[in-house]
Amino acid sequence: MGEENKVILHGMWASPFSKRVELALKLKGIPFEYVEEDLKNKSAEILHYNPVHKKIPVLVHNGKPIAESLVILEYIDETWKNNPRFLPQDPYKRARVRFWTSFVQQHLFETMFTVVKTDGEAQEKAVKELLEKLQVLEEGIKEFFPDGNICIDSNNVGLLDLVLLSVFGPYNVQEEVLGIKIIDMEKTPLVYSWLRAINQLPLVKESIPPHDKLAAVLKFMRENALKSSSA
Amino acid sequence: MAVQNTAMAEEVKLFGAWGSPYSRRVEMALELKGVPFEYIEENVSDDKLKSPSLLKYNPIHKKVPVLQHNGKPILESQIILEYIDETWKSNPILLQDPHERAMARFWAKFIEEKCMPPVWKALLGSRDERGKAMEEVRECLKTLESVLNGKNFFGGETIGLLDIAANFIAFWLRVIQEVSGLEFLTAEECPLLIKWCDRANAIAEHLPVECMPALWKAGWIPAENEREKAVEEACECLKTLDSALNGRRFFEKDTVGFVDMSA
Repeated sequence: MGEENKVILHGMWASPFSKRVELALKLKGIPFEYVEEDLKNKSAEILHYNPVHKKIPVLVHNGKPIAESLVILEYIDETWKNNPRFLPQDPYKRARVRFWTSFVQQHLFETMFTVVKTDGEAQEKAVKELLEKLQVLEEGIKEFFPDGNICIDSNNVGLLDLVLLSVFGPYNVQEEVLGIKIIDMEKTPLVYSWLRAINQLPLVKESIPPHDKLAAVLKFMRENALKSSSA
Repeated sequence: MAVQNTAMAEEVKLFGAWGSPYSRRVEMALELKGVPFEYIEENVSDDKLKSPSLLKYNPIHKKVPVLQHNGKPILESQIILEYIDETWKSNPILLQDPHERAMARFWAKFIEEKCMPPVWKALLGSRDERGKAMEEVRECLKTLESVLNGKNFFGGETIGLLDIAANFIAFWLRVIQEVSGLEFLTAEECPLLIKWCDRANAIAEHLPVECMPALWKAGWIPAENEREKAVEEACECLKTLDSALNGRRFFEKDTVGFVDMSA
């Protein structure tokens, strides 16, 4: 059984998609080998394991590759059934978690991306949209925290926690680089408290890259994007 | 002996739009599993025309499909498909093996994110964009041809999640090809995929195929002189569809807009 379960994660330290898979494996206590990929010089393995997208993260389990972080997370949950379970057992609750995960991934993340990559009017518009969507999230997650109490520990971290963390976990860095308030304790108190609770988990604390390194990457991304859009 | 007759207590409603592939996916899954459901046709051309129930159940996106099961709403076609499979166990659409499940989900995403957008670009984009978009679509289809790998269905011997998620390719792509004259799917490049299309279409209960192109033409062909005739033909079609489908309401407008589709 031990030899059989060979797990390799091809990832990149600054990628939110990679980070969520890394955390998922650590939270479940799954031993794995981590391969840091240079995105400017992708390894032959990545091109072989993910020929369609040529992207990280890619999880290779006993030689079989799985790509797309959300697909990987569900795969991990279905293969290693120990706690924390990333999805609840009840089909309706699972559908709700998937819905909000999709909302965070497709709407919040994409809009955040636009905020990072634009300036002037375009950025203002994206920021407005981001803040509106954060309000929607604030309202929506009341169904998960009906009495306002947020109780997250390493035994009950779920899919939505992982995805929210990967997008907004480093909000301090994002706010510093962009000069914009994103996670406001007064406007979105639940989201704020939720992020704080997840960020406090010991495994999360030790996995988050240093503030300065993340800030440097974000600045670099932004400068590059602004340069190429004005070129 | 107390018999829990859950079938009697179950209320399943689908808020859909007949022209939406996303909506059709959910219908396919329910039909495949033999789940009785009430279908409510939504007028998705305008938010003001959507039913209060739809707006109540999907206030954020206001889109179809929405599945309502015993009063609880489930949104987004892929999520609904998984819900249906987890709730009604007959004719499973996902295999048990986690790796197979991951592959089905991966390829379903691929169709959604990589295959569908360039089809619209090819149809609606500028001449310059069209060439590149066509190439992208053809590459996607070739990839799917290799994923099919000679099987009858993506799910193996029987229809699975991926076959349902690929309904856009089985049915809508052919309609678009006919209307636009753009050749995405060819027998030279994708012979197995074409055979799969025939199989997939035969299993799913479909609306009269002849009508679709007319409806599409009315919505898409830009030339003014052709438009009026196309709309006339489309309205005739709607009447045919109306009677063919025993009282399902269709939106009655003199222009046919494209359906607002769910993510």
